Amino acid sequence: MIERALVIGAGISGMQAALDIADSGYQVLLVEKEPTIGGHMAQLSETFPTLDCASCILTPRMVEVGQHANIRRLLLSEVTAVEGEVGNFQVKILRHPRYVIEDKCIACGACAKVCPVKVPSEFECGLSERSAIYMPFPQAVPAIYHLDRDVCEECGKCAEKCPAQAIDYDMQPKTLEIGVGAIIVATGYELYDGEAAQAYGYGSYPDVLNGLEFERLLSASGPTGGEVLRPSDGTVPKELVFIQCVGSRNPEHGMPYCSKICCMYTAKHAILYKHRVHDGQVYSFYMDVRAGGKGYEEFVTRAMEENHLLYIRGRVSKVFPQDGKLMVWGADTLTGQKVEIAADMVVLATAIVPSAGARQVAEMLGIEVDEFGFYVPSNEEMTPIESRVPGIFLAGTGLGPRDIPETVAQASGAAAKALALFGAAKAGVQ
Amino acid sequence: MGIPYFPGCTLSTTAKNYDTSGRAVAKALGMELEELAEWQCCGATFPLVLDDSMALIAPTRILYQAQQAGERVTTLCAICFNVLRRSQALLDRDPEMLDRIKWFTEQEYSGVEVTHFLGILRDDLGWDNLSKLVVRPLKGLRVAPYYGCLLLRPHDEVGLDDPESPTIMHDLVRALGAKVVDFPYNIECCGSYLTVKEPQVSETMSRDIVSSAREHGAQVIITACPLCQFNLDYPQRETESGQTGNEIPVLYFTQLLAIALGLPEETWGLEDNYIGLDVAAIEE
Repeated sequence: MIERALVIGAGISGMQAALDIADSGYQVLLVEKEPTIGGHMAQLSETFPTLDCASCILTPRMVEVGQHANIRRLLLSEVTAVEGEVGNFQVKILRHPRYVIEDKCIACGACAKVCPVKVPSEFECGLSERSAIYMPFPQAVPAIYHLDRDVCEECGKCAEKCPAQAIDYDMQPKTLEIGVGAIIVATGYELYDGEAAQAYGYGSYPDVLNGLEFERLLSASGPTGGEVLRPSDGTVPKELVFIQCVGSRNPEHGMPYCSKICCMYTAKHAILYKHRVHDGQVYSFYMDVRAGGKGYEEFVTRAMEENHLLYIRGRVSKVFPQDGKLMVWGADTLTGQKVEIAADMVVLATAIVPSAGARQVAEMLGIEVDEFGFYVPSNEEMTPIESRVPGIFLAGTGLGPRDIPETVAQASGAAAKALALFGAAKAGVQ
Repeated sequence: MGIPYFPGCTLSTTAKNYDTSGRAVAKALGMELEELAEWQCCGATFPLVLDDSMALIAPTRILYQAQQAGERVTTLCAICFNVLRRSQALLDRDPEMLDRIKWFTEQEYSGVEVTHFLGILRDDLGWDNLSKLVVRPLKGLRVAPYYGCLLLRPHDEVGLDDPESPTIMHDLVRALGAKVVDFPYNIECCGSYLTVKEPQVSETMSRDIVSSAREHGAQVIITACPLCQFNLDYPQRETESGQTGNEIPVLYFTQLLAIALGLPEETWGLEDNYIGLDVAAIEE
């Protein structure tokens, strides 16, 4: 038994699993393809149902992961091959070059200031720009810049300005081969942006946003400093329309499943919006309000009552721009009326889909995915976090849509499963 | 080689300019439309009652006539297209219904493909080839393609183009060298037959469509449906209270094609439109 674990993905799920294992005294390799840990949770403004500031509860964890002696962080890295079996997996990890020497970078930002390149920031969902050499956000872990060579113009200005001589254009990719006893897969989710979202103008009209983009507008550290402003003209939207189940519960577009978190985050978005725009009016088109969870139903009810939200049961047929507004045509199926709203902004609760690399990861590990690309545990009821391959465990939204508490609980569960293997080996239990 | 063609009642009476321009265009493109030897009304609406075999008899007779003429039949009228195409789809998937109808009509219908002439332009000729045949490019003319309902929906059975964001007439306009005006009402209903029973309702619906096209800068609206054409065109006519001067001509796509292909003026049929197009003004 190699008493070391591999965790794939460093969002809240992977971080939690890594911390639990590391705190128990075992080594963890935490592999993440992005330049920072934190995942999507780092993009959130507040979390439901407590309205905790997401950064305030997440960043201490990120620092803990960053400083833990038992966790080896492998950023900008991908697992490319896995062989062997439980207790002795041999894994190959491809480490893409950062072009910034980790030990030298002092995160002063002098490089980004002189960089002439401007591209949409992934972390800010394209609502602001970043340079070619950048740190995704100020609390990134590790707090080290990253040079994106795909967009770099090779002008050499950053290397010239760097007071620590940390920039190394000649850095090469590296491959790490190492043995681990257990693997936890926590590759997370993405938001659907296909036809069902485009039909409402997503991608065509700048004031039609998805949930994560709206989080960035709400966030005090976001591109507008937490003011809700229209991307098109920077004005404050006074009429805000939420459309739920965009892609989700829609067999026609191949996603018959419920994305589970949208009813809650839409209510949260509405509250946070009203906290910022007191005279704003919120309309929310819904199919059913599914707020199953401790304190969740109460949260939605309170949101509606205290903020005078107008919840309209029905679908939206069309969104189109007219006279600087977004015309929203829909139906109120409780009254049988046609509804027409001249909105300033439209926020779509788009479906949760597995992250792009999930199928590839599954193939490499020999674990199963369902028709939508979510991982399949060996038994949905009794072993919901174990894959069919012994020693490979699953956690988080890679398994299907779920919220943060459930994700964290699963991650701890997956960590316990890995620890049980190590403990049993130590005790000589077969 | 000619293409078997079902004109339908409207194109033989009130929408003759659609028929005339359509035939002239097809001939100029080397795809002559050959009228079916014998035909009658398609029924004008696809039966919405599930066991209404009676209403399928008329379209099936037409499909049978078409079968005598070839493997496919084309139409210009979007309503006829909708009825025939859906009847074809229903008979293809429901042999029991076909048997029932055969028993009544005593005609051995076995299958034919219903196409719209727009589909033939796109799939047989191709937009690039069409653009090479244009002799009077409509440079600078801002054309709003208006699709309406029956040309596109229900998509499962009609299948001509994307039912929510169609492009077939957009592509046609571009091929003719004109500028496409994309406007949000381009697939909204014009009010259809309400123009007979509740004309105010359909007028309101049609005015919204024309206004939206105007606001988006359209100089001409094109359509493939005689009822859409009427509903959009007629309320703009000259009345005792006069006109606003903001009227927008509503043309059949074939009329625009006839102009762009340089066909003789008598094939355009513009005199039958309530709001005419000043063709001389198009020239740069």
